[in-house]
Amino acid sequence: MVQDRRSLLKSGAGLALVPALAGLPSRGRAQGATTLKIGVLNDQSGVYREVSGPTSTACVRQAIQDSGIAAKGITVEVVQADHQNKADVGATIARQWIDRDGVDVIVDVPNSAVALAINGIVREKNKVYLNSTGGTTELTGRQCSPNTVHWTYDTYMLAKSTGGAMVKTGADSWFFITADYAFGHDLERNTSAFVQAAGGKVLGAVRHPLQSTDFSSYLLQAQQSRAKVVGLANAGTDTINCVKQAAEFGVTRRGTKIAVMLMFINDVHSLGLNAAQGLVCTESFYWDLNDRTRAFTDRVKGSLGGNYPAMSHAGCYASVLHYLKAVADMGGAAAKSDGAATVARMKAMPTDDDCFGQGKIREDGRKLHPVYLFEVKKPEESKGPWDYYKMLQTTSADEAWRPVSEGGCPLVRA
Amino acid sequence: MIEELLFQLELGLPQVVLGLVNGAFYALLSLGLAVIFGMLNVINFAHGAQFMVGAFVAWMLLNWGGIGYWPALLLAPLIVGAFGVVLERTMISRLYKLDHLYGLLLTFGLALIIEGLFRNSFGSSGLPYAPPELLAGPPVDLGFMFLPKYRLWVVVAAVVMSLLTWIVIEKTRLGAYLRAATENAALVQAFGVNVPRMMTLTYAAGVALAAFAGVLAAPIYSVNPQMGSSLIITVFAVVVIGGMGSILGSVLTGFGLGLVEGLTKVFYPEASSTVIFVIMAIVLLARPAGLFGRA
Amino acid sequence: MAGQATAFTATAQQSPGLPGLAALGFNRAQSIAFLLLLGLLLVGPFVLYPVFLMKLLCFALFACAFNLLIGYVGLLSFGHAMFFGMGGYVTAHAAKVWGLTPELAILAGGAVGAVLGVVAGWIAIRRQGIYFAMITLALAQMIFFVCLQAPFTGGEDGIQSVPRGALLGVFSLAQDMSLYWVVAAVFLAGFLLINRIIHSPFGQVLTAIRENEPRAISLGYRVDDYKLMAFTLSATLAGIAGGTKALVFGIATLTDVYWAMSGEVVLMTLVGGLGTVFGPVLGAAVIVSMQNYLAEFGAWVTVIQGCIFVACVLAFRAGIAGQLGRWLRVRL
Repeated sequence: MVQDRRSLLKSGAGLALVPALAGLPSRGRAQGATTLKIGVLNDQSGVYREVSGPTSTACVRQAIQDSGIAAKGITVEVVQADHQNKADVGATIARQWIDRDGVDVIVDVPNSAVALAINGIVREKNKVYLNSTGGTTELTGRQCSPNTVHWTYDTYMLAKSTGGAMVKTGADSWFFITADYAFGHDLERNTSAFVQAAGGKVLGAVRHPLQSTDFSSYLLQAQQSRAKVVGLANAGTDTINCVKQAAEFGVTRRGTKIAVMLMFINDVHSLGLNAAQGLVCTESFYWDLNDRTRAFTDRVKGSLGGNYPAMSHAGCYASVLHYLKAVADMGGAAAKSDGAATVARMKAMPTDDDCFGQGKIREDGRKLHPVYLFEVKKPEESKGPWDYYKMLQTTSADEAWRPVSEGGCPLVRA
Repeated sequence: MIEELLFQLELGLPQVVLGLVNGAFYALLSLGLAVIFGMLNVINFAHGAQFMVGAFVAWMLLNWGGIGYWPALLLAPLIVGAFGVVLERTMISRLYKLDHLYGLLLTFGLALIIEGLFRNSFGSSGLPYAPPELLAGPPVDLGFMFLPKYRLWVVVAAVVMSLLTWIVIEKTRLGAYLRAATENAALVQAFGVNVPRMMTLTYAAGVALAAFAGVLAAPIYSVNPQMGSSLIITVFAVVVIGGMGSILGSVLTGFGLGLVEGLTKVFYPEASSTVIFVIMAIVLLARPAGLFGRA
Repeated sequence: MAGQATAFTATAQQSPGLPGLAALGFNRAQSIAFLLLLGLLLVGPFVLYPVFLMKLLCFALFACAFNLLIGYVGLLSFGHAMFFGMGGYVTAHAAKVWGLTPELAILAGGAVGAVLGVVAGWIAIRRQGIYFAMITLALAQMIFFVCLQAPFTGGEDGIQSVPRGALLGVFSLAQDMSLYWVVAAVFLAGFLLINRIIHSPFGQVLTAIRENEPRAISLGYRVDDYKLMAFTLSATLAGIAGGTKALVFGIATLTDVYWAMSGEVVLMTLVGGLGTVFGPVLGAAVIVSMQNYLAEFGAWVTVIQGCIFVACVLAFRAGIAGQLGRWLRVRL
């Protein structure tokens, strides 16, 4: 008993000191050689674990391997941490990584509060920030930064693809079920604008608190509005609960379509095709899109522990791959010393990777690539594991993203 | 005027029904909490986690053992209850004489451990679980709305289970021993009743109730490791409003608050998760021991 | 719990304090511990990462403020996040939008804590025990709702890029080290103030209320007034702690008003030792270190945290400071 207490106490005291001290020597080490350090900062224990988490880290490692950067005499190390969806935890880790551990790049970062906090820190320290899983358009809008590339998706592009494209298929009256926070409001407002611009009507909207468990009441209100499309402007568990209960109430049985504004293939997987069939959603990457995406998926699959890459993971891969190309181009030492210059070089070079094909990075940090509207297959249409999507429509890279002029990014002179 | 009223009714009535379905979950969960608190004087913060484990056990039984919904409804509570026995014997039984705070902290720690372990094994985005054949199929037409059969079943199951628990505690000899033991354990022990074992079984029963609710929830809510933690605070509020430890109070309050929440979802949906706390504050100011509690 | 905590403190010998420090109300062991704390504060930023230390100090002050209520008045608030979080929002808003200097911004955070504290306290002190906790929880949930809806808080994005500004408008706090000394000073001031309160006649009455409320009433003390004063003081300091944290990170987010934060401060205080002077500081150190240094273990963070709480309840019920005190036979 006494021994128990002592050892516990020791480990308690040690906890505070040992890792911090262990972090010290790396400062000296990192300066000498051209060793780059990539920090994958995301949610490893909460609701975004499946769409970011360890799979993102595996994709980053894959990018390092595929880049062949080691052959050029540059070593790349990867560290990862869980921001627990708390902005202060994320900010402490990021500052410590940069100040003490010599981290040069921070990748991934879901959750807009954390994503924006990291945006400010990376800019202040002149490092590189490759955001893939954050959705807020602020990153390339008023809070845009010369050190940031926003790669995979944002709320504007989701709204444009899902809202604009669906109206063209005749689904012209909408009702929104919106999560009551900025992300949900953004999605609802943007999508409404595109629906109306395409000649559709918005019949109503209902806003629910974050992390509700029961959505039947809202679904009923949506049904009573007799809209042809129910748009779900929420994310994660809220969306999954919503879809599951929509299937239960037979919302789709009477011809109503459900458009999920933000969904990843991992969400479809967890819903199962029975509940998810017929949903319409937007992603900028699907593993079974073409030969190149399949080749990428085959390469990385073994290290994902049964998960499949979603667009967010593909974004981690592609952004790091492109970053390493820029590094190879300008030299390791130069890249390490100036994050803004590295990002500028990334913007100057056209992008090309297996996940998103050819594209480029705009002045405000926005990565441009085509965007796809998918419908989830019926169980009988699915031929194998993770065979979930059929493509409905493609929005080209020129049309999908918010024009620079509307973003209000101070980096871009009008 | 009358048409307007009818329209409001048409809009409101379905929400009342849906509110009752949600209330059924609140009732079942708060029932388990009330039993544990009333008899053991422990605030079981792990209740949400145990609810979640119930849903996961149902999933495991189906996917690993090929055991369907109906047997799972019985087996999952038994399995989770057995787990409760272990928890009670090894840890919780040491806290009976201490302040509530320690029970709360211990069970909070347990909840963290359980949720973390499930997240490591199953991820966080959830698992699919289909409703049983018998209750699947198109929703039933109630005249003013379509209600899935499964939701009707949830209400029936919750009412039956609550009644059973109430009868056991208020009307049977076992219940009488239990109530007596909470008043004066030493005396009951002196009469030859094995009080510690009774406490263990009570905890197990409370936990089993949570697991039962978990299995009931599996087909309609997302089965994920955090499914319980988002409910637990609300359920605490239900127990407090009903009067800590009052069986009848927690059941009636559960259904009642489900109803109020359902109506809020129509008139001011943004506040639907806050309204319960507003009610809690008002009730506690007006009736310190809750609606049905003994002061 | 309260009874247990005092059972051993009563047996610990009341040794005279070191000269000078006795004036602050410290006994000998506490004086030594305080000197140690001072030393750590001075050396800390040269050994550990300053931003991490600043975070730790903010939470330590928060936990000390909370401990004033639970440890010395016996009131368990389960809604302290409302003071901490609102303090953060108001400081962030004051510094960013109104352009106030950091010390004024932090004071604004404290003022909001005080106002909220008077209102919440006035409502909550009518009830006791678990019901008191539940009313504070309910009020905190309402404040959370307000923070989510009010435009000035920026929803879940929070208030971002809050400038650290210049102290008194003169000394720039942009460097981590210069800000550290300010945060350390705020913490020390708060810590000593709490300690002064505890050892004042006012504090003695509070302890009397904790031990035996009916008796305190019968002695003619207006118990509710004392409780309200203590509640407001605690809320004010929590607001200052939240405001300081907002300046350190340049952000104020919903995390700090969420109920889980109220739970976290309970845990810090318990792990450190209820009703001890140094316990909350130790508890905050342990919990914040865990969040930080276990972050690389991914999902195991919560499991490890859970195990520590369970171990605390089963083996170290008096908390770190309480247990240390028992072994050394002193009161910390």
